[in-house]
Amino acid sequence: MTRGTVGLLFALPALTVIALFFFVPVFAALALSVTDFDIYALADYHNLRFVGLRNYLELLSNPLFWRALGNTLYFTAAGVPLSLCASVGAALLVNARVARWKGVMRTALFAPVVTTLVGVAVIWKYLLHTRYGLINYGLGKLGVAPIDWLGDPSFAMPSIILFSVWKNFGYNMVIVLAALQNIPDDLYEAASLDGAGAWQQFRHVTLPMLGPTLLFVSIMTIAGYFQLFAEPYVMTQGGPAQSTLSVLYLLYEDGFKWWNLGKASAVAFVLFLMMFAVTALQMRLSRSVAA
Amino acid sequence: MRISRASLAVNGALIFVAALTVFPLLWMVSASLMVPGESSSYPPPLWPAHPTLANYRELVGHTGLARHFLNSLVISVAATMLALTFNVAAGYAFAKLEFPGRGRIQQLMVAALVIPAQVAMLPLFLQLKALGLVNTLAGVLVPSLAGIFSIFLVRQAAIAIPDELLDAARIDGASELTIFRRIVLPLLTPMLVTLAVFTFLGAWNDFLWPLIVLNDGDNYTLPVALASLSREHVQDSELMMAGSVVTVAPVLLLFLVMQRYYLQGLMAGAVKG
Repeated sequence: MTRGTVGLLFALPALTVIALFFFVPVFAALALSVTDFDIYALADYHNLRFVGLRNYLELLSNPLFWRALGNTLYFTAAGVPLSLCASVGAALLVNARVARWKGVMRTALFAPVVTTLVGVAVIWKYLLHTRYGLINYGLGKLGVAPIDWLGDPSFAMPSIILFSVWKNFGYNMVIVLAALQNIPDDLYEAASLDGAGAWQQFRHVTLPMLGPTLLFVSIMTIAGYFQLFAEPYVMTQGGPAQSTLSVLYLLYEDGFKWWNLGKASAVAFVLFLMMFAVTALQMRLSRSVAA
Repeated sequence: MRISRASLAVNGALIFVAALTVFPLLWMVSASLMVPGESSSYPPPLWPAHPTLANYRELVGHTGLARHFLNSLVISVAATMLALTFNVAAGYAFAKLEFPGRGRIQQLMVAALVIPAQVAMLPLFLQLKALGLVNTLAGVLVPSLAGIFSIFLVRQAAIAIPDELLDAARIDGASELTIFRRIVLPLLTPMLVTLAVFTFLGAWNDFLWPLIVLNDGDNYTLPVALASLSREHVQDSELMMAGSVVTVAPVLLLFLVMQRYYLQGLMAGAVKG
């Protein structure tokens, strides 16, 4: 047996799985998105018809789609900067020279990341309860009137953003922490010899040195936040008044609740385009950072 | 020794933020031990007045959560073992074994990393329906069998193995399979542990795909069962918190024990980009 054959045998099981259960369905999705695949086609493939770009055109004229897209962009535009600020803030605290019990603190701050999303979303549903929730109780102590967090259309998405920041900030914190530890001490020494205070050191040494890392994690976080689904599914069911309906939620409902797989495939490609745009942006930016 | 103001501020802030972060998890445990209805009183209690395991008994007795726990465990263990076998073999081949088309395939897979898994989900469902795998645990497993990202993680680690070591074994007459088992696998052990922890956690926590594939209560995994329970039992917060503990505690414990490996994997993925 030649070495080439051996290599092929080693790689083949994984490649077969990926080809069959990833590449084939991705191309099939493209095909599906130009058909009227619905519950009748699901029963009998003879009912399937080619409809060209109709699914895409219908999507663009569907107010619910624009709502879902708007909500997803709102969640991302507010959630990503907040998450990153929390990550950087926590990383700075853990990395501070005077900080103690660093290991324990890092573990505590990271814990929400590994938890099961559905499990912790259920906790937050009760913490956010208008009447008996501890969050409103705490705010009440500060003189804030009870807020109907998950029942008021203007507070539902902020609630989900708050929850997501809590759930996710630890992930980027660990990455930023590693980047902080890679900043050479002499840079800070030189800066302090030049009379730079703590803020100036942060502004002119830490932030520029963190630049590439922050760029990387923000792109990854944007791509992740575009895939918002389980949070609204558990906490608000997309409501109230569709205020937490996301693109992926729309895909799920179109596809697996109403069995309009053709329409849902069109939604899937919109999601793909969003992710692709972000990745392309990352490549351009990282090239210009490297240059 | 005098404690400086900066130290006081930093450590005070750190303790405050850490306490705030773990608070929901602690409250979950505390509320799961309350008697039904206790947490829905004003002011909301932090501790159970009379700690009880009644909610856990109710979960096992009346909601069949033991069954869902077993489903989740079987799926996560099977996913870990299968994915590890497939991905490690492939990652090693991409690093050390030349085969026809290797470069091309590799480029194709890098490009495919951009495609979100959700794009494949709709046709994948139809494929599994044709194969009779809808509403089976095997159907849940399919997408996690092999992953491009995992293959690259293994490849990254395997590239560091010196070629001389492998060639020396070949000259001694060792078969490729022996080399893989006796030399490569032991050298890759830290990466294997990392990958195993990641795969297990990923499979355990996965929600959307099991939600789609499973449509019969008996086959639900824990997250799917919990989501469905929480719609039926909106008022039973103590019961739901016990359900959350059962779902979250296993992965949290696994993370605490394997933290070093988990964080190494996170960094390897992050650095690679």
